Amino acid sequence: MNADSLENFSTTQIEELDALIQKCGNNQSNLIPLLEKVQLLLGYIPVCVQARIAEKTGIPANQIYGVVTFYSFFSMKAKARHRIQICLGTACYVKGGKEIAEKISHDLGINIGESTKDERFTLEKARCFGSCGLAPVLVVDGKIYGKVTLESVDGILAQYK
Amino acid sequence: MKIKMPTDIIEIRDKMKKAESENCTVTNIYVHMGTCGIASGATDVLNAIKGKLKQDGVKNTKIITTGCAGICSREPLITVEVPGQEPIIYQNVDRKKAERIIQEHVEGLRVVAEYAYARGKEADIKERKKNKGVMPGQAVMDSSIPAIEDIPFFKLQEQRVMRNRGLIDPNKIDDYIARDGYQGAIKAFTAMTAEDIIEEVLQSGIRGRGGAGFPTGLKWKFASKNDNATKYVLCNADEGDPGAYMDRSVLESDPHSIIEGMLIAGKAINAHKGFVYCRAEYPLAVEILNKAIRAARLYGLLGDDVLGSGFAFDIEVYEGAGAFVCGEETALMRSIEGRRGNPRPRPPFPALAGLNEKPTILNNVETLANISQIITKGSSWFSSLGTKKSPGTKVFSVTGDINNVGCVEVPIGTTLRTIVEEIAGGVIEGKHYKAAQLGGPSGGCIPLEYIDVPVDYETLQEYGAIMGSGGLIVICDDKSAVDIARFFMEFCKEEACGKCIPGREGTKQMLQILDRICAKKGKPDDIEKLEQLARVIQKTALCALCKTAANPVLSTLRYFRNEYEEALAKS
Repeated sequence: MNADSLENFSTTQIEELDALIQKCGNNQSNLIPLLEKVQLLLGYIPVCVQARIAEKTGIPANQIYGVVTFYSFFSMKAKARHRIQICLGTACYVKGGKEIAEKISHDLGINIGESTKDERFTLEKARCFGSCGLAPVLVVDGKIYGKVTLESVDGILAQYK
Repeated sequence: MKIKMPTDIIEIRDKMKKAESENCTVTNIYVHMGTCGIASGATDVLNAIKGKLKQDGVKNTKIITTGCAGICSREPLITVEVPGQEPIIYQNVDRKKAERIIQEHVEGLRVVAEYAYARGKEADIKERKKNKGVMPGQAVMDSSIPAIEDIPFFKLQEQRVMRNRGLIDPNKIDDYIARDGYQGAIKAFTAMTAEDIIEEVLQSGIRGRGGAGFPTGLKWKFASKNDNATKYVLCNADEGDPGAYMDRSVLESDPHSIIEGMLIAGKAINAHKGFVYCRAEYPLAVEILNKAIRAARLYGLLGDDVLGSGFAFDIEVYEGAGAFVCGEETALMRSIEGRRGNPRPRPPFPALAGLNEKPTILNNVETLANISQIITKGSSWFSSLGTKKSPGTKVFSVTGDINNVGCVEVPIGTTLRTIVEEIAGGVIEGKHYKAAQLGGPSGGCIPLEYIDVPVDYETLQEYGAIMGSGGLIVICDDKSAVDIARFFMEFCKEEACGKCIPGREGTKQMLQILDRICAKKGKPDDIEKLEQLARVIQKTALCALCKTAANPVLSTLRYFRNEYEEALAKS
C-alpha cells in the first residue's frame, strides 16, 4: 500500500481527524495545536493528511508542510509500536547518555530516527526532559527511566513487546 | 460564595492561616512530586502511604502532594510533620521505607533516623537559626540527624522564586493564596497605576532571567506606550537549554506565581491576553498550568473582570513542538502564529511590534515569578540581595558529576566555588573538577583556576561565559573539552532554523572541523579556521542562537587549547 495514502487509516481515524480539523477552523494560529493532536491520533502526518487539512481549513498546503518539517515533534513517517527517546541533553551526555544511545542503536540494529523492521521500536534523540537529576535518562512511550546504566537498558526495553 | 473581589481573596488567605495555626492535631505528610520525583518512584511512595494509612486506620493525617523539593539527587523525598515535633525530611524513599515511616513515625511518633535527611523545613531556616535550632512548639527530634539550617545545600540558598518550594499543592490555589499569593496582583489592581507598577519594576533593577539580562522594567515601559493597540504578555516557558530545568520546577510547583506575574504585567502595559509558551517535553507542567489557569478564572483572577476591577486579562497555554530556536523571542511569536519558528531581524522590537505585529512583552518564567514580591515588598527589598548591576537572586539547575544535583537559588554575585563545592557538595568521589559550563549551547566554561569568580552577568562575560538561563553543568577531567565543544556545536547545527547562511552553513562547517579533530583527523590550520568562522558567525548570524553558537568553542579554546593542539598533533 502507498505509504502516503489515506487508505492507511481507518474510517474512525479519518472521522476523528475531520472533527479535529473542524475545531481548528481557518485560523493559522490553531495549526500547531491541531497538528499536535493529529500526530497523537494518527502517529504521523503524511502529505495526504496535510493536504486534507489544507483543503478543509484553507491554510496553504506548503505552509502546513513547512510547519510539519520544521518541528521535531511532527513526523511524516509512521512510527513503531513503542517510541524510545534517549535524552542527549548536556547533563545526560556527561553522565553517559551517548554510550547508552550507541548500545541501543547497536542492539536494535537501527540508527537514531529509524524504526526496527518488526515495528517494535522507533529510536529518537531528545534534548532534555528537565530530569537532569536522574541523568542519564531514557523515555519509553512517555515514561521516564532515570539513572539508566548499560546494564539496566535491556531490562527496561524487554517490558515493551 | 462567588469569589470576585480582592477582599474575598484576602478572606481566603486569613482563613487558611488561621486553620493552619489551629490544626495542631493533624500530621502533615508532604510527598514531593515534580517530574523527577515521579520518575524516581514518588507515585509508588504516595500509594504506599495512602495504603498504609488506610490499612492501619490512621486518623488525623493530611497528605499534601507538592512539586519539586529542590534536592533532586535524593528523590523520592517526603516530609513528615507531626504536631509538636520538628518536621523530618526523608530521602530516597521507596514503598517499603514509606510503610515503615508511617508505622514508626506517624503512628509510633518515633523518627526513623536511618532514612532521614534533615530536621526542619527549608522555609523555616531563618526562624530556626534565630531560635538556635529550636522552633517554638516543636520538640527537637533525633539530633544525630542534621538540622536543615546546617546543611550547606539549603542554608546557603535564598528562597524568593522558590518561596513555596515543597510546601504547596500546585493544584490548590488556596495553598498559594495562604502564602500571600496574589497579594501583588491585589496591590497592583487596587492601589497602583500602570506607571507605578512599571516604575517599581524598573527601580528593582530586575534583569531578564532567560539569559539576555535586559532590564525588565524598561521592556515593560516600551510596550506600555501606545494605548490603543492590542497587546500581549508572553511567558517563555520553552526552557530549551539542555541541562536547565529551573523553569520546569517553578511551573510544576508554583504555577500561580507565573499567572500572577503575567497578570501584573498585563495591568502594567494594558494588555488583555497572555500566552505561556511551554515546551511539549514538559507535559506535567502543561497540565498543571492549565489547571491553575482554570482555578484562577473561577476566583475572578483571570477573565473579563479581574478582581472586580473591570480590567480583562486571560491566559492560554501554547505548547511548543520541539524546536530549540522557539525559545528566541521572535521565533516564539512566529510559532504561536502557526508558522515555522524563524527569527526575524530587529528593529522593530517586539515591544512595538511582536506577536501578530502587536506590542508584546516576553518574559522568562523566573523573571515573572519574581514580580509579585517586587510589588508587595518593594524594589528596595528586591535589590537588597545581589549586586548593584544585577540585583536579586538567580536560580541554577546544578547537574553533572556532583554530589547534590538540584535546583539552587542564590543571590547573584555568589561565587562559583560556593555553588559547586558547598551547595552542590563538590564533585563525586574519584573524579576531579575540570570546569563548570554555564549558559548551555550559548555559554562557556569556567575552569578551576577561576572558580572563585562571582556569578553575575558582567563578570561571567569577562571570563568568556554567560549567565544564561541557569543551567550549570559540572564537568570533570575524564571528559574532553573538545568533545564538549563538539557536542554543543552539533546541538546548534541541528537546531539552527536554516534561515541565514552564517547560521546554517557556519555551524555545519564548524561542526565538520570539530568532528575531524575529535576523530584525530584534524588539519594543521583547523584551530585558526574555527576562530575565523566564530568571528564571522558572531557578527553576521540573524539571531542569538547561531550568534552565540561559537561560544563553547571559543571558551574551550581559551582554557583548554592544549587539548585541541594535542588532538591535532595526533592527527
